Amino acid sequence: MWRLLRSRLRQGYRTSSLPLGPAPLPARFRGRPTLESSKCRDGCRACAEACPTNAISQEPLQIDLGACLFCTLCQEACPEKAIVYHGDHRLAARSRAELLVSDGEASLARALDVKMRSLLGRSLRLRQVSAGGCSGCEAELVATGNVVFDLGRFGIQFVASPRHADGIVITGPVTRNMERALRETYAAVPAPKIVIAVGACAISGGPFAGAEASHDGVPPDLPVDLYVPGCPPHPLTILDGLLRLLGRVQHSAASRSG
Amino acid sequence: MVERSEEHRASQGSESPGDLVWGKNGLSMALAELPRLPPLRFRGACQRVCRDGGRLLALCVLPPRRGPNAGSPSELVAVLGDDARSRIGLLCMELPETRSYPALTADLPEAQAFERELFEQHGIEPQGHPWLKPLREHADLAPPSKGERTGLRPHPFFRVEGTGIHEVAVGPVHAGVIEPGHFRFQCHGEIVRHLEIQLGYQHRGAESLLLRSLPARRLVVAESIAGDTAVGHALAYCKGIEALSATDVPLYAQAVRGIALELERVANHVGDLGALCNDVGYLPGASWFGRLRGEFLNLLMELSGNRFGRSLLRPGGVRFGLCAEKRKDFLDRLASAERDLKDTAELTFDTPTICSRFEHTGVVTHEVAQTLGLVGPVARASACDRDVRRDHPFGIYRFVHIPVALVDSGDVMARALVRWLETQRSITFLREQLTELPEEVLFVESAPFRAEAVVVSMVEGWRGEIVHIATTDRDGRLAGYKIVDPSFHNWFGLAMALRGDQISDFPLCNKSFNLSYAGHDL
Repeated sequence: MWRLLRSRLRQGYRTSSLPLGPAPLPARFRGRPTLESSKCRDGCRACAEACPTNAISQEPLQIDLGACLFCTLCQEACPEKAIVYHGDHRLAARSRAELLVSDGEASLARALDVKMRSLLGRSLRLRQVSAGGCSGCEAELVATGNVVFDLGRFGIQFVASPRHADGIVITGPVTRNMERALRETYAAVPAPKIVIAVGACAISGGPFAGAEASHDGVPPDLPVDLYVPGCPPHPLTILDGLLRLLGRVQHSAASRSG
Repeated sequence: MVERSEEHRASQGSESPGDLVWGKNGLSMALAELPRLPPLRFRGACQRVCRDGGRLLALCVLPPRRGPNAGSPSELVAVLGDDARSRIGLLCMELPETRSYPALTADLPEAQAFERELFEQHGIEPQGHPWLKPLREHADLAPPSKGERTGLRPHPFFRVEGTGIHEVAVGPVHAGVIEPGHFRFQCHGEIVRHLEIQLGYQHRGAESLLLRSLPARRLVVAESIAGDTAVGHALAYCKGIEALSATDVPLYAQAVRGIALELERVANHVGDLGALCNDVGYLPGASWFGRLRGEFLNLLMELSGNRFGRSLLRPGGVRFGLCAEKRKDFLDRLASAERDLKDTAELTFDTPTICSRFEHTGVVTHEVAQTLGLVGPVARASACDRDVRRDHPFGIYRFVHIPVALVDSGDVMARALVRWLETQRSITFLREQLTELPEEVLFVESAPFRAEAVVVSMVEGWRGEIVHIATTDRDGRLAGYKIVDPSFHNWFGLAMALRGDQISDFPLCNKSFNLSYAGHDL
């Protein structure tokens, strides 16, 4: 018992002050990119050709954060530094269109409407369904619950049964073999319910877009309320998205450096 | 002449020189060098090598040698590991027109999943296979066309009959935040008599996608085979590509790859120790190991920009290095994490309630582990002395040796102890490497591939042996790609660990294996 208490003192208090304080992310962390299409040379396709997931379109220059793996190969390929990735981890968005980044400032995820916020704002129970996820996103979702990120302090919890849940969190490109289980799980969640797609695979298929045995992310008939991009998204990105969805973090514009 | 004496040779058990060709981990060979044997002689050669201490690393089809449009595959290739001599044996079987052959599984149970895969994917029938059930496809979920092609039909679960026998079905969606799979228990009271594990829910088609993608996409597919093994699989992929293009990776890059691979190992092992504590309700261990796992992931992020080491590797080397200042910071953070880890581990392993739950639970005997061809920490916890880093050394491990951790009790405790021992040894390795990194050269450009070649690339990932097999066609294009995640061998070990144990011990046993669903399903 004394040893346990001594260890407890030695291990210390480790819970991060986030999302209120600054994010303790290293210089190499790759968050939100900024684009300056005016720098593009005519006919140059270097960034689009370097991208492993075809996330970049041109004229106008645009990156789909839903397909982006944040590998920064485009940044390396661009001779004019028209694409620069920064340390801003706040990436979640409410719609597919809002994940398309072009010149200018991007907006962050908006909160749910007043009614949903009054229902779920202080207590959100989620059921996770991995549908072809490689366990990267799953591991980061688990990490949001550890002593550092401590999802539980915001009243958010992952539960064992869809019957106990207010919504589902989907990871993976949705394999054919998991589609039925995913739909049945969704159907088992009582209404009103929300759907959250976490990771490039769930949003667009990510590295598995076009794979023969899976879809390219959450089927269009499941209404997604929150998209959390990344491969996998950092736990802080997930946390930020969830808290913004619940209106627990005030809306502010995406900054150039996080 | 050779054909006629086939039976005779097999029964003699002597090594017949023409039956297989020996190669090394990460060295390419000309496809033409591979001997093509008729089925019986092929089986005899496999049996002989395995009887003399060898193992089956992989069994798969070889792409048609005349090019991609030459019809369906007509050859199987067996990849056999001779750990004691650090060599890899390759041999091919010419498929008869009936597309069936006498199954290896009957004498060599470690072939069971490979042969089921062959039947499912190519309709090649291993005759006499005791459980020819599809591995990944589900008759009720597959599109109709698929069933016609491969003879896919519903296959019932194995049932135990008798009074008092009941069945428990779990999954594919589980209670926790984990990947999907289905577990079917045959129980007598609380005691599990048989566990059948049905996977395939995660099947994405990684092998074929990798094959038909551009190089940039191939790498990210390799990183996504099993997300917690991004470095391990990316390394196996890069090593294969480098062998095919005869690229010499700079020593600095090899060291950085080693650092990343060991950080990945430590992070996962520490995470597993925390998860094991959580499953027996020991919350100090769960919280502190859980936090410490993050410290190692954060080091990986410091190095690569991603907590799982994605985008660090590239064929020919690495994309990021470690400057002197960063290395000093790494060493400080490593020392502090190691101190906290030691404290937590000593406390955990000295706690009587932990010992009573971990010991004698989910035992896999040495014999069973050998028979099933288990790999990685799970095998080493049953005293199977195998580790690719020592037996088939690659990259930095050719110069630096990490002692292999062996425990012989085969229970949950053994699997926890192996992880803790390996964690400590990996930290020692990390400290050494961080102190004496050579001059910084990140990568070299790789050349075109050698034509009509094959390479077997093995890496000891944190779960065990990762095997990638790549072949090229006559134009030097990638023609075949086979991936074997360690989980592919080890899932059956979990099923055996549960036999005779209480069903309530399943979560703990499962965690002590912590296998990849996506890595198995591909």
